[in-house]
Amino acid sequence: MSLLHAVIIFPLLSALCSPYLQRMTIRIHTGWFMLPVPMLIFAYVMGKLQLVQEGDPIQASIPWIASLGISFTVYLDGLSMLFALLISGIGFLVVLYSIYYLDRNKEAVGTFYAYLMLFMGAMLGVVLSDNMIVLYGFWELTSISSFLLIAFWFKREKSKYGALKSMLITVFGGLAMLGGFVLLYVMTGTFSIREIIGNVSAITEHALFVPAMLLVLLGAFTKSAQFPFHIWLPDAMEAPTPVSAYLHSATMVKAGLYLVARLSPVFAGAAGWFWLVSAVGILTLIYGSYRAMKQTDLKAMLAFSTISQLGLIMSLFGLGSAASVYAGSTESLFYVKATMAGIFHMINHAVFKGALFMVVGIVDHETGTRDIRRLGGLMSVMPVTFSIALVGAFSMAGLPPFNGFLSKEMFFTAALNIMEMDVLRMDVFGILFPVIAWVASIFTFIYSMVLVFRTFTGPKTFDKLEKKPHEAPIGMLLPPLVLGSLAVVFGLFPNLVAYTLIEPALAAIHPSVLLPGQQFDASIHFWHGWTTEIFMTIGVICAGTVLYRLHRRVKLLHQPLFSAVSLNRTYDGGISFLNLGSKRITDCYMTGSIRHYLIYIFMFLIISVAVTMGRVSGIRFDFAGFAPMSLYEAVVIFALTVSVIAVPFARTRMMAVILTGTAGYMVTLFFVIFRAPDLALTQMIVETVSVTLFLLCFYHLPKLKKEAETLRFRLPNLIIALGVGMIMTLVALAANSSRSFESISDFFVKESYNLAGGKNIVNVILVDFRGFDTMLEIVVLGIASYGIYALIRLNLDGDEKSATAPGYWESGSKLPINGIRSNDVILRTISKAVIFIILTFSLYLFFSGHHEPGGGFIGGLMMAAAFVLLAMAFGIRTVREVVPVDFRKVSAFGILIALLTGIGSFWFDAPFLSHTFGYHDLPLLGHSELATAMLFDLGVYLTIVGITMTIILAIGRDK
Amino acid sequence: MELYMSLAIGVLFTVGVYLVLSKSLLRIILGTSLLTHGVHLLLLTMSRLKTGAAPLLGQKADAYVDPLPQALILTSIVISFGVTSFFFVLAYKAYQNLGTDNMEQLKGDDDE
Repeated sequence: MSLLHAVIIFPLLSALCSPYLQRMTIRIHTGWFMLPVPMLIFAYVMGKLQLVQEGDPIQASIPWIASLGISFTVYLDGLSMLFALLISGIGFLVVLYSIYYLDRNKEAVGTFYAYLMLFMGAMLGVVLSDNMIVLYGFWELTSISSFLLIAFWFKREKSKYGALKSMLITVFGGLAMLGGFVLLYVMTGTFSIREIIGNVSAITEHALFVPAMLLVLLGAFTKSAQFPFHIWLPDAMEAPTPVSAYLHSATMVKAGLYLVARLSPVFAGAAGWFWLVSAVGILTLIYGSYRAMKQTDLKAMLAFSTISQLGLIMSLFGLGSAASVYAGSTESLFYVKATMAGIFHMINHAVFKGALFMVVGIVDHETGTRDIRRLGGLMSVMPVTFSIALVGAFSMAGLPPFNGFLSKEMFFTAALNIMEMDVLRMDVFGILFPVIAWVASIFTFIYSMVLVFRTFTGPKTFDKLEKKPHEAPIGMLLPPLVLGSLAVVFGLFPNLVAYTLIEPALAAIHPSVLLPGQQFDASIHFWHGWTTEIFMTIGVICAGTVLYRLHRRVKLLHQPLFSAVSLNRTYDGGISFLNLGSKRITDCYMTGSIRHYLIYIFMFLIISVAVTMGRVSGIRFDFAGFAPMSLYEAVVIFALTVSVIAVPFARTRMMAVILTGTAGYMVTLFFVIFRAPDLALTQMIVETVSVTLFLLCFYHLPKLKKEAETLRFRLPNLIIALGVGMIMTLVALAANSSRSFESISDFFVKESYNLAGGKNIVNVILVDFRGFDTMLEIVVLGIASYGIYALIRLNLDGDEKSATAPGYWESGSKLPINGIRSNDVILRTISKAVIFIILTFSLYLFFSGHHEPGGGFIGGLMMAAAFVLLAMAFGIRTVREVVPVDFRKVSAFGILIALLTGIGSFWFDAPFLSHTFGYHDLPLLGHSELATAMLFDLGVYLTIVGITMTIILAIGRDK
Repeated sequence: MELYMSLAIGVLFTVGVYLVLSKSLLRIILGTSLLTHGVHLLLLTMSRLKTGAAPLLGQKADAYVDPLPQALILTSIVISFGVTSFFFVLAYKAYQNLGTDNMEQLKGDDDE
C-alpha cells in the first residue's frame, strides 16, 4: 500500500461516505465535503511532477492473485500523470460547479457524489494500473458509474434509454478488450503492461498478435465513441451537465485514447494499427463535425463536437505511430510530432470543451432551454458567460491566440507530414488526410460560431423562455472562468505544458524511437512564418465565415441528410430483435411446467450417462463373483417388484399408499439380508411414522383419479421412465463389475475403534468421521420441520378460521386426532405398557449406538414412534399433557448441543467437531467409555425427536 | 443376486420416474419415495452384496460389508422422511387452498 494506491482508494472511500454525509448534514451541500478529494489528489500528483519529468516513474505493488499473475500494481509515468492531473483538476472544477448546479433540497446529491467519486476512483485506477486485469476492472467500473450518472434522473425515459445504450456499447467493447488482454497474456505470459512492452519483439510475429490488436482497439473505439460506436454519446447527454462535462467530454471518453497511447509501444509498428487508428479517427472527425453542425440542441452539438474532437486526437495518435514504423532512424522524430499534437490537443480539448459544457449548463439552468431556435440575445444579460463561451468557441474553432489554434496548426502539420511517408501505401492515400482535416475544420468553425452567436447575439427572445434569464452565481461562473483563462494562457504560453506534461507523456508513448543522445523537441511556437498550415487556417476562416452566413438558408447545412437509414435505428432494431428473439427462444423450453423440466433432467441423465458409459473404457459387465441368491431372497425381490409395478395401476389412494408402504418394508427386508442392521431399524421406523403421517393427512389429500390422460401424454413418460430404469440397471451392474479405484471404506473399518473408540462403524462414520455432514443434515431437517409448521400455522390467505388453531386446541376437542376416533379399548390398554417398552428401547438404542446397532437417529425416531402411538391411542391432547414441552425448542436445543460440541474442540486447538474418548470408572455403571461423540449424538437424538414430533403435532392439529 | 437386484432397482426407477412425470401431486409424492428406495438399494448394491459380517466390530469377523454406503443411506432415509413430510403438507395445503392437485393447473399464469 502506497500513497499512489491511496489516490485510487480515497475517492472510492469518499463515495461510500457521501450518502451518509447528505443525511447527517442538512444545511451544507454534500459537494463541499467532496471538494477536497480531487484537490488533494491534484496536489499530490503535482508534487511528483519533478520526479516524473526526470524520467523517474513511481511504482508500487500490492500482491493479489499471485497464481494468475494478477497484482494491484500502480505506475505513474508521464502519460499516467497527464491523465491523473486532468481527472483530478477537471474533477475539482466540476464538483465546485455541481454544488451550484444541483439543488440540495430537490436532488439526491448524496447519491450523485457517490457515483461521481466512484467514477473518479475508477478512472484514476484505469490510468494508474499497470496490471491489465486490474485496468480492465476499473475500466468496467467507469462504464458502470457512467451508467448510474446518465440515469441520475432515472424517472425520465430518455435517461434510462441513454444509460442502457452507453452501458451496452461500452461494456461490449470492454469485454472485447478483456479478450485482447487475455491474448496478450497468452503470448507473453504476463499481465503487466510494462513487461509486455519490454518483451514486444517476441510477439509481433505471433499468430494472435492481430486478433489481440483488433480486440483492444474495439475496446478503445467504443469507449472513445469512435464511428460507428459513437451513437451512445449523444444519448448520454441526458446526464446532468456537470457529468457531461466531466465524464463525457474531459475524462471517461478519453480512456480509449489512453489505452491506444498506452499500448502504442506494443502495437504501433504494425500496419493494421496505423491504418485503423488513423482512418477510424479521421472518419470520426469529419462525421462528428458534420453532424454537430446540424444540431439544434446545444448539448447535442457539444456531444457531436466531442465525438469529432476525439476522432481528431485518435487520428493523431494513429499518424504518430508512423514513428514506430521508422523506429531507430532520424525520420521517426518527424512523425512523433503527430503524437505530440494529439497530447496537446487532448489537454486543450479538456479545457475548452469543459468550459463550453459548463456554459451550456449555465444557459440551460438560467433559461430553461438548450434549443438554439428559442435562444438569442443573451449577451446583454449574461456578459461573463458570453465571454467564456466566446473564448471556448474560438479556441475550438482554432482561432488565434487561443490554445486550440496551436494544436490545430500542429494537426495540420502532422496531416501534411504524413504525405511524405513512402511505406504502407501512404504515397497513394496520404493526400486524403490533409484534405479531410481541412474540410472537417471548416465544419468545426461553423458549429463553433453557431454555438456562440446564435445563443448570445441576435434578437432577444426572452418572452418565449420559461424563466427570466440573468447572470449565473459566482460559484457557477468560477470553474468555466478558470478553464477559459487556461485556454488563453496555454495559447499564449504553450511551453508551460510542453516540457512539464507533454514531453514525459511522449516518452511513455514512444519509449523506443529515440536514438541515443536524442531528445524530444517538445517546444511549441506560436508563429512559424507563412507556411502551408497558416494558409489552411486562413482558408478555414474564410470558407467558414461564408458558410456560417448561409447556415440558416442552406438546407444541406442544418438539416439531416438522410433519415431512413441511421445507426441509431440499427441499434434500436437490434435491441428489440434480441429482446423478442430471446424471449421466444426462452418461451420454447421454459414452459412453467415442472413436468417439462423433469423431462429435460431425465433426458440429460440418460444421454450423459449412456454417452459416458459408451466412451469410457474399462466399464465391463462381469457377472462372475456375484453373491448367491436363496429362494427366500427371490420371494422378497418378487414381492418388491410386483408391489412397485402395481402402484401406477392402483385405483384408490389407500391402495397406492399401501403398495408403496409394502415396497418400503421390502426394502427394510433387504437391509436385513444385506447385513445393515442400522438401516433396517431406521427404515422400519421411518416407514411406520410415514404411514401415520399419511393417515393424518389422509382426509386432506385429493382423491386419486384414474389417469385420464391420452396415450400421447403417457407414452413419452413411459419411454423416459424405461430409459432411466435401464440406465440405472446398467450403472448398478457396471459398478459391481469393475472397480477403477480402491474404496476408502477400509480406512473406516480399520480405524473406527482405534481413532473413535466405537465398534458400530456406521454410527462412528455418522457422528465422528463425517460429523459435519450429520450436523448440516439435522439443520436441514430442522428447517423442513419449521417449514411444515409454518405452512400449517401461518395463514397464507389471511383467513381467520384456520389461524385459530391454538384456540381450537386449548378448548379440547372430542376428536383427538384428525379422522381417527380412539375408542379402541385394546389399543389403549396395550399401548400403556408398550409405550414404556418402546421408550426404554429408544434409550437403549441411543446409549448402545456407539458399539451396537442404534444411535441418535434411530433412538430419536423410536422415541417419536412412542409418542405417535400415545397420540393414536389417547389423542394428541394427552401427548401435550404427558409431555409438556415445546418440541420446536427441543429440536433447536438439539442442534445447539451438536453445534456446541463442535465448537468445544476449538478450546483444544482442534478443528471443528474433533472428538475424543476415554475410559473412566463411574459410579453405578462401572468402567465405561465416555466419548464426546456421545454428546454430539445426544444433539442428533434430541433434534430428531423434536423434528418428528413438530411435524406430527403440526399436521395432527390442523383442521 | 446383484443381477436381480440391479433389475429390481431398474423397476423402482422406472415406476418412480413414471409417477413423477404424471400430473397428480399424490402420484408425484409416491414416485419420489419409490425413487428414494431405488437410490438406497443402488448405493447398497454398488458396494457388492454379502461380502462379510454386519459392520459391527463386536462381531470379530474376518470381513465386514462396506459401512460407507450404509452411513450415506442412513442419512438419506432420514432426510427423505423430512422431505416427504414437507411435500405431503405442501400438497394438501395447496389442495385445500386451490382445490386442485393437477400440476398443469397449479403452474400459474404468465402475468403472475
